[in-house]
Amino acid sequence: MSLSGKTAVAGVYEHPTRFAPDKSLFQIMGESVRGALDDAGLTIKDVDGVCTAGIGMTGMGIISFCDYLNLTPNFVDSTSIGGSSFVAHTAHAAAAIHAGLCDVCVVVYGSTASSSRFAVGTGGFGTMGGDPCDQYEGPFGPTTVGAYAMIAQRHMHDYGTTPEQLAEVAVTMRMHASMNPAAKYRDPITVEDVLASRIISSPLHLLDCCIISDGGGALVITSAERARDLKKKPVYILGAGETVRHAARGQRDFLEIAAAQSGRLAFERAGVTHKDIDFAMIYDSFTITVIATLENLGFCKRGEGGAFVSGGRLRYDGDFPINTDGGGLSSNHPGMRGIFLVIEAAKQLRGECGPRQVKDCKIALAHGTGGALGLRHSGATLILGNQ
Amino acid sequence: MAENKPAKYSKPLPHLDEENRPWWEALQRHELYIQKCRDCGDVRYYPRAMCTNCLSPRTEWVKCSGRGKVYTFTATYQNNVPGFRESLPYIMAYVELDEGVKMLTNLVDCQPDQVRIDMPVEVVYEDVTPEVTLAKFRPAR
Ligand SMILES: [Zn+2]
Repeated sequence: MSLSGKTAVAGVYEHPTRFAPDKSLFQIMGESVRGALDDAGLTIKDVDGVCTAGIGMTGMGIISFCDYLNLTPNFVDSTSIGGSSFVAHTAHAAAAIHAGLCDVCVVVYGSTASSSRFAVGTGGFGTMGGDPCDQYEGPFGPTTVGAYAMIAQRHMHDYGTTPEQLAEVAVTMRMHASMNPAAKYRDPITVEDVLASRIISSPLHLLDCCIISDGGGALVITSAERARDLKKKPVYILGAGETVRHAARGQRDFLEIAAAQSGRLAFERAGVTHKDIDFAMIYDSFTITVIATLENLGFCKRGEGGAFVSGGRLRYDGDFPINTDGGGLSSNHPGMRGIFLVIEAAKQLRGECGPRQVKDCKIALAHGTGGALGLRHSGATLILGNQ
Repeated sequence: MAENKPAKYSKPLPHLDEENRPWWEALQRHELYIQKCRDCGDVRYYPRAMCTNCLSPRTEWVKCSGRGKVYTFTATYQNNVPGFRESLPYIMAYVELDEGVKMLTNLVDCQPDQVRIDMPVEVVYEDVTPEVTLAKFRPAR
């Protein structure tokens, strides 16, 4: 896209909390904005764009958040497409800056999913919504876990993907979490531990599912030109894509997910190929999410995802390192997780990841998934580079 | 899996409106329909007021045989929603109807370990309230 390299992530901040019964949602968001502005070397006075969405906010929560921080932005975007929202917001902010709608845009998320006791995976889809599709699904007991489980079941049937291959994803994420002091769960686990954990919705075990935490984070996006004069090395936005997938009037191919389209757009617009990607952040709501996403992004052929994630390939020191923070499976998953994908990708590109730093990390991909693969979902892909 | 029917139905119920009412009324008569576009022939589930292929409002209702096969499924062991919490484990599935569309449903009269993808199934009608009947499926006999 003509936007390639014109804008940059100038500041990032991941709130260290994983449980914050003493903090409000907006406090976590405000502290995250403060952290990201400090990282960039900017102040609240520089902010003239705001992007946010959330599970704890009302539909017009972005107005309330601007009220909370006394912001009067020239650009706002509250696109709410689930966990991928903040990956999409990053692209929207880049487009807005490039179009001259604003100069410095913050993308922010916060949630108290854990301390507020939201049943994110096992209750969130069970209640009836008002949309037409909900009337035909709600009566049958869908849950987020159940919706992903049906994708896993079909994948195993079609391609012989094994529970051990799914478990390998969780084991690698936990290994990465052990190197992240902020991660919620840091004790190593084995494939046997995953398989021995109870079934939540077959074939997915407890340890195939993301954790529930509190948390938040923020990004500061500005023009590449302005970013070059700021405190940290700019992380350039090279390309992005987004889309949705759904039941397709009852005729969907369920193993084709949004990543196929959003990924293709992001690669085309960035002008890079799969071989150029040194590191990836792949939304890991469930172990099957990672396998299906890697296939649909084109890092391996459809059906080969199980073999692809095996043998330590996904480790920080493997052939295809992903989710070095420990991911949603072990580090944090406060209802939606997309913002952390961009934060960790930026930190890797700045060489700030300490023991879990990926060698020679120049180009990174972040892919967010929102909603539920087995019902309907969004995908947003972002490609970032440090040169 | 035998469904224990509680005295009062406590699971979520659909909102009936002018657009979807004919479909729910057919289920009350224990008939299952999908829609077909009179202009381009595209079939669709769930029912809606227009064809998603050509946006034509000219709709034909096609009566289904009630037979199909399991496209995918899951047995759910944890769901905190009242009604489902009391029915664990239950089997949710996409059934691919012989008429060519996949619909989300529950499989009944079988255990989780008896279900296989591609297994032939047939519709059973569950009258859950005076207004609402649900189309569920059991292994074909
Ligand atoms: Zn048509």
